[in-house]
Amino acid sequence: MIEWSGAIVQGVLLGGLYALFAAGLSLIFGVMRLVNIAHGDLIILAAYLGLSTTVMLGVHPFVALLIVMPVMAGIGYVLQRGVLNRTLGPDILPPLLVTFGLSVIIQNALLETYTADPRKLSGGAIDTASLDLGGITVGVLPLVTFGIAVAVIAGLQFVFYRTALGRGFRAVSDNQDIAQLMGLNKAHVFGVAMALALAVVAIAGVLLGMRTSFDPAIGGGRLIFGFEAVIIGGLGNLWGTLAGGVILGVAQTIGAKIDPGFQILAGHIAFLVVLAVRPNGLFPRVAH
Amino acid sequence: MSGPTVSRSTRASRVAMIIGFVGLIVLIAAPWWAGRADLRLMGEIYLYLSLACLWNLMAGYAGLVSVGQQAYVGFGGYMLFALSIFGGLNPVVAILLGGVLAAIISVPVAALMFRLKGAYFAIGTWVMAEVFRLSFAQIQPLGGGSGTSLPVAIVKELGAKKAAREATSYWLALGAAVAVLLAVYLLLRSRRGLALTAIRDSEVAASGLGIDIWRTKLEVYVVTSAFTAIIGGLIFLQKLRISPDAAFSVNDWTAFVIFIVVIGGIGTLEGPIIGTLLFFALREVLADFGTIYLMVLGAVAIVVMLKAPKGVWGLIRERFDLELFPLSYRVRTKDD
Repeated sequence: MIEWSGAIVQGVLLGGLYALFAAGLSLIFGVMRLVNIAHGDLIILAAYLGLSTTVMLGVHPFVALLIVMPVMAGIGYVLQRGVLNRTLGPDILPPLLVTFGLSVIIQNALLETYTADPRKLSGGAIDTASLDLGGITVGVLPLVTFGIAVAVIAGLQFVFYRTALGRGFRAVSDNQDIAQLMGLNKAHVFGVAMALALAVVAIAGVLLGMRTSFDPAIGGGRLIFGFEAVIIGGLGNLWGTLAGGVILGVAQTIGAKIDPGFQILAGHIAFLVVLAVRPNGLFPRVAH
Repeated sequence: MSGPTVSRSTRASRVAMIIGFVGLIVLIAAPWWAGRADLRLMGEIYLYLSLACLWNLMAGYAGLVSVGQQAYVGFGGYMLFALSIFGGLNPVVAILLGGVLAAIISVPVAALMFRLKGAYFAIGTWVMAEVFRLSFAQIQPLGGGSGTSLPVAIVKELGAKKAAREATSYWLALGAAVAVLLAVYLLLRSRRGLALTAIRDSEVAASGLGIDIWRTKLEVYVVTSAFTAIIGGLIFLQKLRISPDAAFSVNDWTAFVIFIVVIGGIGTLEGPIIGTLLFFALREVLADFGTIYLMVLGAVAIVVMLKAPKGVWGLIRERFDLELFPLSYRVRTKDD
């Protein structure tokens, strides 16, 4: 019994990481209806940037975030204004194809720069530290990750509903042309949204790199986990995305408990079940 | 005196048909004039051409932008191995049966995936392909995660000698490509094709004209899945070895195929043909550069999508009003 509750707790904490994968996806889909196939590869890019920063400056990965986050945000803004803004429109194929192309380019650029060897970010003592919670041992890093995920989602929620920037996001999301008429520059708003999304991606990438080893090929899998968390939680609902991440994480750790080869498959099956039973996700945003 | 007439064929399309027919005869005779390496390469080209045509039918006409067709490539490959090793079937029969099974399995998959719209459908199909990959990796008799090889006894059913086997494998690939091209062409010329073209141009208008969009899309999805599985079977009949990662590779069976279609020109029959030729030309030139080649390919696809979204064939068509496969109707007056 205690073993199973242990697996569930681990799954919940893993869900925090998945929610971080998903938050950026959810944000950019909410603001500009863009689904970014390269999202997972950008997470891995952030992990590698974190690696380079820690190695070159000899700093802790958390400190490296001070550099990785603004760099990723800058990449996001330039990418959105330089390339992705041109793909937006009624046709879904251009954004899909262009981000698919980006995905292949990032993957192979990472392969060329860092080789295919798996790497890991070393966080020192925090990597192995653990707490005993009433018989269940919990790693400190997963706990911190989950805490960061909750803070990031609360922060995004605050930006979205309590700031002028968030008002801009919601305005272009509701109607791009009218927002433009009201004096918002939608190209800039989209750029800022992507910058914010990639700042979150930077956090997700560094935390991923501290938790497990990574290599240039695993981006696609991370995109899929983030996507599943978004759909399970319900489109357009950030707290729902956290719940979706948790459900996915728990499904995976329970699956792994049954059979180690079953871990990822169990997560996918949970996703398909939700899709079959509640096609709009568990907590869809109420239509206004 | 006769007034304006409506016709589909043009002089260019008639010439293209004759050249295509002569070219086909030359290609059928390839085992007698081409070397072994060339034969292999040409076989691969035919199979990629088939995948591109099928993806184009789905994405370019039915609006089903899937990034998960590797599910059916891998499924078809695994069915070849499973049915010939454990069912004792002839490899060709196993491949065809694999296509039938893929059609059956694609119906519930579609029922689930069609709940997702647009780009979410795309990623949903990718999840489905991952489910296929992880499931086949669990099947120990087929080698689990590390895969298995096709036993020599089964390979020999294609021909006792190596040269005969290679020729058979080549003709199967060529036959498949011709069959796929012909099937897509005839489908597009039929009443259903008209419905599909209407859906391509405007879903709302098509639905207003009484076209059952959901059903039409389902039919396209099932048919392309079945054919994709058959092509998958042929791909792994050439490779003679299968593993989950190779069979369900998103890069090999979907990314490249999408790039081919987009670079060539989506939503046309000529596009995938031009795209395939360009793809292999680029590959032969840049093959030594490995990762650089893939980055160039990705960049070319992005530039084409941004600058010329109708692809290379779209540019040619706009410039010269050319159509090699007579699909559209043209009104002619006596003066023409």
